[in-house]
Amino acid sequence: MTGRGPVVLIGHPGVGDPVEGVALVSPDGFSARYDLDRTTGVISRESHALYGQSIAGRIFVCPLAKGGFATSWALLDLRARDLAPLAMLFTWANPVMVQGAVLGGVALMDQLTPDSMEAIRTGDRVRVDPPAGRVEVWANSRRQP
Amino acid sequence: MQLATGRFFGAEQMVSVTSAHLTGDPESMGDAGLAFVEELVREGARFVVPATTNSCNVDLARYRELGQPEELARKERRLRELVAAMGGMLLTSCANYQTVAQPRFGERLAWGDTGTVIYANAVCGARSNFEAGPASYAAALTGRVPAYGMHLDACRRATHVIEVRDQPRSVSDWGALGVLVGRRLTNYWLVPVFTGLEVAPDGDGLKHLGATLASYGSLAMFHLVGMTPEARTLEEALGGRPPRGTIEVEPGALDAVYRSFVAEKDHADLVVSGTPHLSIFEVERLARLLDGKRVSPETMLLLTTSAPVRAMAERFGYAAIIERAGGRIVEGVCYYIMSPREMARRYRLRTLVTDSAKLANIIAAYGYNPIFRPTAQCVEAAVTGRIER
Repeated sequence: MTGRGPVVLIGHPGVGDPVEGVALVSPDGFSARYDLDRTTGVISRESHALYGQSIAGRIFVCPLAKGGFATSWALLDLRARDLAPLAMLFTWANPVMVQGAVLGGVALMDQLTPDSMEAIRTGDRVRVDPPAGRVEVWANSRRQP
Repeated sequence: MQLATGRFFGAEQMVSVTSAHLTGDPESMGDAGLAFVEELVREGARFVVPATTNSCNVDLARYRELGQPEELARKERRLRELVAAMGGMLLTSCANYQTVAQPRFGERLAWGDTGTVIYANAVCGARSNFEAGPASYAAALTGRVPAYGMHLDACRRATHVIEVRDQPRSVSDWGALGVLVGRRLTNYWLVPVFTGLEVAPDGDGLKHLGATLASYGSLAMFHLVGMTPEARTLEEALGGRPPRGTIEVEPGALDAVYRSFVAEKDHADLVVSGTPHLSIFEVERLARLLDGKRVSPETMLLLTTSAPVRAMAERFGYAAIIERAGGRIVEGVCYYIMSPREMARRYRLRTLVTDSAKLANIIAAYGYNPIFRPTAQCVEAAVTGRIER
């Protein structure tokens, strides 16, 4: 796909400003309390598919928002310490994630077509434009088919 | 923030709420969150509706004996000053609905703890989204919330039918039922309706069912046919729409939930009960189970509850029985925000036995081996110091 232009994902307007970065795709749902060591920004739940990986500065792609209220505060605090993801793309977000993203100034979108979990692989270059409701994906050339 | 969140979810208007339940504790907020609240107070912000606080990180009377960080207590004291300055009530409980709040049918709320929200929606027929952390503060300051999700009839109707053929026998069994469904329905916009129940939950069973569904599935609503107010019949719960799916809970399924939590070693380092906060009825039962027994010297038993329930437990003599047995009752706190990493290091805690499926779910991120068991088995583990592998 390299050189052929981006795959475009369309959805309703999200929150936050346009950003561009490298994707980290989580097959499992996410909560900053249930899954993350917030002191380091590293996934600390042993059963999580991304155990040991850092979400800092990535375009974090995830099917679902999990858990309680903690993420509503966590994104602000992570960002203050340069450990927040650059953007978050969910198949289905919940209010806690959106409230946290607004407070923390982290771009967030959900319910994209085609679905972000289908269209994006870890390592892909992704441009997220929440006001436009648009995501562009350039596949990593070393990406596994 | 309220407008941005409302636009994201397609809200068409803001609606008034009668109360807010504030979720924010120094451990969850971090220094940036605390600075945010400092700024609100500096600007002269005042809450315009009654606002109660959720569980906190330290029992200020007991954190020293538990060896929790002084820094956390200092931040907790500061946060309490800030909340009080804005007119908030320092309830410090995640079971506000069992101590101070009795929402009526249709009442609109801005509650921030997911377990409180699902209880208010499902059991009381009140209406609240997860107004988490900063959103709970925002609602307390404006007295309004964006009207999407649980404020709309269409989002409250059942999407999935749960056919129960394994009847819950205890409070923790309702939690086990919540695990089964919450592991399958993991989306805020899904609503289960339970049919086939031959037993009715008490308030504590409802508390554990709701908190577990919210914890595992991020759900904010459920129905029990013939028991909860928007489900006099299955048809009413579904609102005339066909269900999008059916989940069958086969005989033996609840026991299998407990068995899915496997102990790495046979020593129980820590036994915890009280996520969400214990009611006085649960404290009474624990006192009965512990009466005349002695907690193993190699095991810590922690019970977490609210200040009002603790005060009742002291007046009724339950606290004395529990403390004589070597159990500790801590108030206002919840174990997973009680600096669990520091606790694990200090006391070499790894195996945590609990009758709370919610705590078992959360605490894994903090390096624990969580074992969910019925209450009687938890007390047994505290007394013998052993957990069956």
